[in-house]
Amino acid sequence: MAVMFSDPFSTLFNLQQMLDASRSSSWLDAGPSGVGAYPPINVFRQGDDFVVLLELPGIKKSDLSIQVKESSIRVAGRKAVEYPEKAGLHRRERLSGEFDRALNMPVQIDADKVKAEYRNGMLALFLPRAERDKPKSIKIA
Amino acid sequence: MAKSQELSVQEKKEIASKEESTVPARYYVPYTDIYETEDGLIVVMEVPGVEKKDLKVDLEEDALKVEAQIDFKKYNGLDPLHTEYNVGHFRRSFTLGSKVDRDKITAQLDDGVLTLTLKKTKEASPRSISIS
Repeated sequence: MAVMFSDPFSTLFNLQQMLDASRSSSWLDAGPSGVGAYPPINVFRQGDDFVVLLELPGIKKSDLSIQVKESSIRVAGRKAVEYPEKAGLHRRERLSGEFDRALNMPVQIDADKVKAEYRNGMLALFLPRAERDKPKSIKIA
Repeated sequence: MAKSQELSVQEKKEIASKEESTVPARYYVPYTDIYETEDGLIVVMEVPGVEKKDLKVDLEEDALKVEAQIDFKKYNGLDPLHTEYNVGHFRRSFTLGSKVDRDKITAQLDDGVLTLTLKKTKEASPRSISIS
């Protein structure tokens, strides 16, 4: 019997493959801002609800604004990259500037229960599906 | 430089490594700024999603190696529906041009941005020589 390493790396590999696969999905296609705008987003489903993850390294919490209405979410803010005055630059790869992105979810969101978390340069939005939007199972009489 | 510059998406670069690792996970290159001040080098790296405990900074001879692991356990129970970026560990190394005092390296992680401050050794810092 082959020894199966239940190592964490295979879990990561599976995640990366799953992410690649859904990269070609047409979900959210009709959004107002479309794909390719900053910041890039990943949308996950967690049970009935949705989790949106955005990579936003180096942004102050106070420079971020998030708005939710019905099924659309807007994330706007400013990313600053600063250098001391007397420094000699060797490499400059980090970008700075302003961003504003809206996305339309295909379902209604319960705006009052949306939670946002910003930790380690990742913005996580927890979007509960609106109660009225949840599918109802119908019993046959 | 205009302040109201528009941010564009920087596609993550995957590491093209000379040797392959035995595990198939992918590594990415963190976007990095490097600048030099009078007494040292400052290396600023973007490693979104990395916790402080999962960072490793190594200095061997002139090679500075940074490895940052993401904790993908957080993705348990999440089913991807729409994705625009991939997730992976970060790794990058640099060859330092000037001598660095390895005991005086400090690292700080704020909002997914790692700042390394490398102090130059005394021999490497510029000194003025007076002509007698």
